Amino acid sequence: MNWIFGDNINTDLITPGRYNLEIKPKKLAKIAFCEYLPEFSKKVKKDDFIIAGRNFGCGSSRESAVLALKGLKIKAIFAKSFSRIFYRNCLNHGLLAIEADLGSVDKNDKLVLDLKRKILYNKTKNKKIPLRIPELMIKAHQKGGILSILKKHGFKAIQK
Amino acid sequence: MAQTITEKIFSLHSLKKVFAGDFVIANLDWIFAHDSSTLWVLEPFKKLGRKVARPSKTIIFFDHVFPAPRVEIANFQLKIQEFAKREKIRIIKEGVCHQVLVEKFVRPGELVVGGDSHTPTIGALGALAIGLGSSDIAIAMAFGKQYFLVPDSIKVEVTGKFKRGTFPKDLALVLAQKIGPEGANYKVIEWTGETISRMSVSERMTLTNMSAEMGAKTSICPPDKMVENFLKKHNRSFKFDKRQLISDKNAKYCLSLTLDVSKIPPLIAKPHEIDKVVEVKKLEKEKIPVDQVFIGSCTNGRIEDLEIAFKILSKARKIKTKLIIVPASHRVYLEAIKRRYIQFFIKIGAIIFPPGCGPCLGRHGGVLGDGEVCISTSNRNFPGRMGSPKALIFLASPATAAASAVKGFITDPRRFL
Repeated sequence: MNWIFGDNINTDLITPGRYNLEIKPKKLAKIAFCEYLPEFSKKVKKDDFIIAGRNFGCGSSRESAVLALKGLKIKAIFAKSFSRIFYRNCLNHGLLAIEADLGSVDKNDKLVLDLKRKILYNKTKNKKIPLRIPELMIKAHQKGGILSILKKHGFKAIQK
Repeated sequence: MAQTITEKIFSLHSLKKVFAGDFVIANLDWIFAHDSSTLWVLEPFKKLGRKVARPSKTIIFFDHVFPAPRVEIANFQLKIQEFAKREKIRIIKEGVCHQVLVEKFVRPGELVVGGDSHTPTIGALGALAIGLGSSDIAIAMAFGKQYFLVPDSIKVEVTGKFKRGTFPKDLALVLAQKIGPEGANYKVIEWTGETISRMSVSERMTLTNMSAEMGAKTSICPPDKMVENFLKKHNRSFKFDKRQLISDKNAKYCLSLTLDVSKIPPLIAKPHEIDKVVEVKKLEKEKIPVDQVFIGSCTNGRIEDLEIAFKILSKARKIKTKLIIVPASHRVYLEAIKRRYIQFFIKIGAIIFPPGCGPCLGRHGGVLGDGEVCISTSNRNFPGRMGSPKALIFLASPATAAASAVKGFITDPRRFL
């Protein structure tokens, strides 16, 4: 399923400050959007997509926002643009954050992501959307995040 | 090729000449986090399996939810204390991280990373201070360096004199209204012009702080005489090649703006977005009743802010709302005591919290209930930011906040000045 959001979804909406006391992604998963969209954490399934407008993840630097969505096993977040701290947090944890304008997508459209070819297929609408994903994001995703890469290989591994 | 001050500072810290768009691994001068963001530093740090690379340059501040209001939070703080002891790093408990870093630690030209989105505040000293998430702080702690894309810069030239009743907060709101919450995403806001050169470091901090609300990677005021005097007063020497800390004449900007402050009236951001900016005078007509006024935070919790609040409140000598005042640091607090502001604030019924973030993030005292209206001098009016998602947060200058506390509804401060 696809979860469609508008512009400027801030991290206070993703993990509100006063619930924001967990470290484990599995526990954080339960508070994701708990006030903004209470059904979200109950209905969201593994490999669902988030599709958003501009400036997704703006506001507070809180890492809980990324950990909560990772804990829910979201397959990827597509947004017209991301706020920079949120994007870095995704990189570090290997959660796919892809800048793209997907046009009209409905929540039940069947989407298939081909990272190798950098294409998103909308099977329901029979559309093929080319994606521009930085190599670093793909590498981070494959290796479980920049944290894992740095642990094994240090900074050399991410230098261009 | 000509460089911006940002490109110069990145060049100095990555030991090669770099420009906007370059990917760099840069050495860091200061690394910090706070009692909230450190929570998520611990796991990734453990994962990296290293020791803190530069313990004397790494600081954890207890400012967000300190002293702890709940057992879970107290236990988290104990855990952070254990970590700090093990890694031989300092914990500082004397106010908001950005404020204390400006008062005591950072020098112009330094590269600072902080586990807090308002880290750009420190750019008022002419340092490059970038807010990061906790995993990034873990990386910075473990390696003493960090990866960056050198950002484009937006030049904001400010001219004119502030009119009666308007302040740097109003100027920041004008820019927010102009470029929106994403207008500076991935970019640096560089403040220049005659008006900036007349502004104190404290006033500049309001501008660099609010830049975060426009998505800025950071914000900087190139250092000058004002910064030099500030550092002298705060017992820090000022030694650097000034040519290295000024943008070259032909440096490239992705956007250049000029703002004339003499045309700005007192402004206020309505719930729930930073760019929903209107004139206070217009809103005054609606007689919106206010339940709580908060004067403080990394945006407006400095002595100059308390001074203007004092000036307005001392004309009326009574208030009609809850009024919470939080000095940004121990230094500010002591100065406010010395000037007898604190005694006066208490006498008229204000509540003084210990230095720190106070009610700004809705996790400590001053939490808002359903439908409550708050005027805050802080920087975020998101739903639920200060408590109930049904509360309404308006953002304004300390003058507008104080005037509204006196009248009990949103009030133009010019009535009192």
